[in-house]
Amino acid sequence: MSMPFYVAPEQWMKDKADFARKGIARGRALAALEYADGILICAENTSATLRKISEIYDRIAFAGAGRYNEYDRLRIAGVRHADLKGYAFSREDVDAQGLANAYAQMIGDVFTHEVKPMEVEILVAEVGEETDADRLYHILYDGTVVDETGFTVLGGEADVIGNRLGTTYQEGMSRAEALQAAAAALAGPGRQLAPDELEVATLSRSTERRAFQRLTDDQVGELLDGASAVAGSEDGTTTVGEGTEAQEASATDSDRDGDSSPTE
Amino acid sequence: MTLPYYRADNDPGPSFVELLARTGRAPRWEGQAGDGPPLNIPHGTTVVAIRCVDGVVMAGDRRATSGHLISHRAMEKVFPADRYSGVAMAGAAGPAMEMVKLFQLQLEHYEKVEGGVLSLEGKANQLGQMVRGHLPAAMQGLAVVPLFAGYDVRREVGRLFEYDVTGGRFEESDFAATGSGSLHAGTVIKLGYHDALTVDEAVELAINALFQAADEDSATGGPDVIRGIFPLVATITTEGFTRLPDDEVSERFRALLDRMATTRGTTGLGVAPQAGAEGGTRGTTR
Repeated sequence: MSMPFYVAPEQWMKDKADFARKGIARGRALAALEYADGILICAENTSATLRKISEIYDRIAFAGAGRYNEYDRLRIAGVRHADLKGYAFSREDVDAQGLANAYAQMIGDVFTHEVKPMEVEILVAEVGEETDADRLYHILYDGTVVDETGFTVLGGEADVIGNRLGTTYQEGMSRAEALQAAAAALAGPGRQLAPDELEVATLSRSTERRAFQRLTDDQVGELLDGASAVAGSEDGTTTVGEGTEAQEASATDSDRDGDSSPTE
Repeated sequence: MTLPYYRADNDPGPSFVELLARTGRAPRWEGQAGDGPPLNIPHGTTVVAIRCVDGVVMAGDRRATSGHLISHRAMEKVFPADRYSGVAMAGAAGPAMEMVKLFQLQLEHYEKVEGGVLSLEGKANQLGQMVRGHLPAAMQGLAVVPLFAGYDVRREVGRLFEYDVTGGRFEESDFAATGSGSLHAGTVIKLGYHDALTVDEAVELAINALFQAADEDSATGGPDVIRGIFPLVATITTEGFTRLPDDEVSERFRALLDRMATTRGTTGLGVAPQAGAEGGTRGTTR
């Protein structure tokens, strides 16, 4: 049997990539930022139960954009990979880099060998002991791994949102500032996202074993309200006091969260 | 390591134990069937759990023995299973440690895969299945007998469960004790128990029970004031699993020792128990 017609490999790959990109572009975006005390991941997500952001391991989180069924299965595979590795060796041997490579191999294989590539982009984030040990691995639909620093955006209109976030992002922001920057960038000009339209989680640089914390709508609301108070005071120069207040609030929040984490 | 990625029709689900079996890493409990003498390996001894108004208190001594020898003086037998539950182990130390590790992983794995925690009942059943799976080893003298206790956040009460080597799961309403010193520890708790115990009173009762068990059972370790090793006590309440700081446990044991020294009686009562005296009637039968 002969092939009905010839398609050049370049064309074949390009078609697959276009297909995957289109699928991903239809999904809502998410942003991940390093802030002073960890990593904050914020997604536009109206569902309170179908998660885009999840815990993988003690200091590792996962986020996916694109087709839910595909990235959710990748998420579960990641949990299994991490738990198996931690069981076979030790908990401290589980790191984001190994997981990101495993994901990249897997997604790359699917892109090359399967008829339909995965219409997903995923993020593997790891909070380190120090700021410079934080990791953000952004893995694309074809298995490309990008080691991001500072912040990254996944999903539809990622370029536009990334540019917006680039103008507001600063190193060493507080948790509230990071969330405000992410929410504003995801919303875009002339739009505001309510707390129940956002899914927010942090990996906090605490001494607790499990660093992953999901923020409730109320917590998100409180942190975002800090922003409108700052915006209300205007002037730009008077925001210093407000900023420290927000920082203090976030510090007490994280203390409280720290207490509620499981102990070991 | 390759990514454990399964097709939908072949998925191991939220069970970590099942995943281990799929990847060929499942612990093999069944040993070689042999007629030789029982292995002289470390065994852990006495652990107790007491329900109180705010939750549950769990405690265990720190000794592991191999036959008549003390093999470890600072072994820990009470562990957090997850945020709102704890597990305590008596029996063969090696398999017990492995079972605790697997149980902790199983609960955390379920939580992460499913995005929600198991019910307390579900956790208790999971542990029962693990004990049941371990029966072949138990038949060869490597028995592990756990206690499981937790704060049931749905019912808002403390609950505790004891097991037998076949995986039989028994929910106890008031208290449970297992291990070689369980007879003495259980009796002390039974006499001191009432259904309005505060956490503080339950901790004191557990400490007393472990002391008395160590006083009567050579395999149970008492307070080791020379090395500063004291039994491990944990509370499980709405605040979750909390291990009492060593200093606090040490203080309580030293206070107990002082009381005993002044009254010159190992029961701490100072007077010989009288027939028909107050105190023996309030405890429930087990």
